[in-house]
Amino acid sequence: MADNVKPKVRVPKTAAAGDTITLKTLISHPMESGQRKDDAGNLIPRSIINRFTADFNGQNVIDVTMEPAISTNPYFEFETLVPEAGTFTFTWYDDDGSVYTESQDIAIG
Amino acid sequence: MTKTGLLTAAIAMIATGALAQDDNQLIINGETEMITEAPAPDYISGLKTIYSGWRFRDASLQQMQSDDFENPAVIAVDRATEMWSTVEGTADKSCASCHENLEADMKGVRAVYPKWNEKAGELRTLATQINKCRTDNMGAEEWKYTGAEMTGMEALISIQSRGMPVNVAIDGPVADIWKHGEEMYYTRYGQLELSCASCHEQNADNYIRADHLSQGQINGFPAFRLKDDGLVQVQNRFKGCIRDTRAETFNPGSAEFDALELYVASRGNGLSVEGPSVRP
Repeated sequence: MADNVKPKVRVPKTAAAGDTITLKTLISHPMESGQRKDDAGNLIPRSIINRFTADFNGQNVIDVTMEPAISTNPYFEFETLVPEAGTFTFTWYDDDGSVYTESQDIAIG
Repeated sequence: MTKTGLLTAAIAMIATGALAQDDNQLIINGETEMITEAPAPDYISGLKTIYSGWRFRDASLQQMQSDDFENPAVIAVDRATEMWSTVEGTADKSCASCHENLEADMKGVRAVYPKWNEKAGELRTLATQINKCRTDNMGAEEWKYTGAEMTGMEALISIQSRGMPVNVAIDGPVADIWKHGEEMYYTRYGQLELSCASCHEQNADNYIRADHLSQGQINGFPAFRLKDDGLVQVQNRFKGCIRDTRAETFNPGSAEFDALELYVASRGNGLSVEGPSVRP
């Protein structure tokens, strides 16, 4: 079980309809690869975020499969088109079954 | 002068020294303006102008520090914020028990440390003060001087003073300690016989192999170093520098490093508190 997991997102508060905006997301997570050994020589079990998705009003924007080579605290920055006002929902799926979500509204104006 | 003449003159100027640290301005989160350049305090004879280390870094790193979302140290600050109100020790207290309002109570604190403690009759660095709070007031165990809890807490306290000018006192009861720090700064250590001044005063802005030498200002500490993937305590940085001269180093928390920290901090009087900064 990973400790101190905390998602953070940055979505502009407003945008013009049809605008392309930049979204930034970050989740604090150790991303233990499963390849490392502890001091006693035992394998440290893998514990990573294995999938990240972003949805806008129920429609999928991005869906990422994540692998063990990805560094601690994975950061994603990507662009998307905003056709209307609505809500972005971001979801991270942990190896241990935990699901972390964060959502943010965006207005047109 | 002809047009070509002017152009040649301009190119010559660029070639002879305008390649110094850049002229970029550091504005954090698009709102907090930082002072990264100031006239050198009059007790520093070797420098005319002091520059924050930020000015010597490349554009991508500068960008990283100017946005808290991208600054990797902010995760440590978030953790320290939780720690701030976590009760520990025999006195059943947290930091917040005494310092109720983190932002108001800690504003300006980083800017004046290391500072003389009248009651104890000793110079205290911020890290020493944090540990004294823990042992004397909370009845908790000391943190490792350069450990992650300590640097995180220092970062949290520093961020409350971000943008305020560094203003450590060098006179009065600390005058002798400051003098000792100054002497250390100009003393050559190790097999390579390098003093702090050899690199950071006489050769600031030159390259030491692939590294762009800054003035060694510590207004940005604790600093997130990408090569260490974590926050670095200032005295740990001193230790690294002295080790690189191939000398036996002092220990973080020692009287020698406290004196050096006071002196080096005073060399940055006038620059903004930048901690936690991002460095390569």
